Amino acid sequence: MSTPFLYALVGTGLFALGLFALIIHAHLLRKILALNVMGSGVFMVLVALAKRTGDAPLDAVPHAMVITGIVVAVSATALALTLMLKLNAKSGHAELPDDRRE
Amino acid sequence: MTLLTWVFDSLLGLSLLWLAWRALACPDLFKAIVLFVAFGLLMALAWVRLAAPDVALAEAAIGAGLTGALLMAALAKLHPTEAHDDFTVPPEKNVTKVWSWQWLPAVAILLVTTGLGYVVLSLPPYAAGLSTEVAANLAISGASNPVTAVLLNFRGYDTLLEIVVLLLALLGVWSLNSASLDRKAAPGIVLDTLARLLTPIFILVAAYLLWVGAHAPGGAFQAGAVLGAAGVLLLLAGWRPRAGLMALPLRLVLVTGPATFVIVAVLTLLMKGQMLEYPPTQAGVLILILETAATVSIGVTLAALFLGGDPRKNNRNKNQT
Repeated sequence: MSTPFLYALVGTGLFALGLFALIIHAHLLRKILALNVMGSGVFMVLVALAKRTGDAPLDAVPHAMVITGIVVAVSATALALTLMLKLNAKSGHAELPDDRRE
Repeated sequence: MTLLTWVFDSLLGLSLLWLAWRALACPDLFKAIVLFVAFGLLMALAWVRLAAPDVALAEAAIGAGLTGALLMAALAKLHPTEAHDDFTVPPEKNVTKVWSWQWLPAVAILLVTTGLGYVVLSLPPYAAGLSTEVAANLAISGASNPVTAVLLNFRGYDTLLEIVVLLLALLGVWSLNSASLDRKAAPGIVLDTLARLLTPIFILVAAYLLWVGAHAPGGAFQAGAVLGAAGVLLLLAGWRPRAGLMALPLRLVLVTGPATFVIVAVLTLLMKGQMLEYPPTQAGVLILILETAATVSIGVTLAALFLGGDPRKNNRNKNQT
């Protein structure tokens, strides 16, 4: 398997791991971590597939998109963490309520 | 591809997957964040293997460094009983939870992933993408690093919106929380000295990255991230800016980047009839001006995000009471 496809598959795997953790974990900090891992997976697929140019120069457009994405991801993470802290300060826990426990 | 690089890539891929899995599954949240930072650093290595050094710089500074710092700061502010226990649910209940319903999302995601993997593998092995168009127009873009040319010229629109997103996130954080400007604890001599020694170096590295971005890996985002990291280090070492700087001066610095972008966008719209379409002779200068303004704003915004609240709000409340 060539390098671009190997890394693209790793990216797919990271996306799947993140999505699974996002669904099964109740703690909000864990969900934010999971979203970041999902994002990393998407970025990895984009950049890996940009390497398929053979001997021609690399495709710089996905690279620029991923740099933009990384900065947007960190600002979204900061906002999400603040929301989590606010919820924690108001309700005393940092998890989403679980209906089945009632 | 030689056998050695294949083995290296496979090992790196497996390590990434394993670190991500451990970061998401290990019960201690503190450990999870440390694993996530390690994951970010290995991601930076993977970007280098994928010949994307610009992305590697951004990932190492932002993805691993700043995100990790933000997560740690948030964990420390969480309710102390929760800081080291992920689940408040008793462990035995947790186990029944695993067996009763977790197979359902697991199966669904396995199916989705198989589909995604199939789609990825069925793509053609060679695709030029937009590389020929970028290469053809690189000479008139004002930058010889293709990534900088795309970010600041060909798709300057994206970067304008991105800087606004960063500002919006900060406004969201500020509207939710206020930050105290009081020193919490004395930093200790090691951290204090380290911060004093490293801050000038951080500023120098940021300026270098900004300048070199025109023709080599680097640019406004990486430089801004390094500036932001310097801010985080200073805040951790207990340094707090004077309250007078928190009102108007801070806000002016925060909007420098977006404002410069908007002014250039309007000027180019009036002159050329197309937003952010620079005249080729002035493109280099315009890109440098935009990048400098963006670097300062990004750096200060990231440090302010780490502070985690509106520093003025707190002051005003204190004055009233």
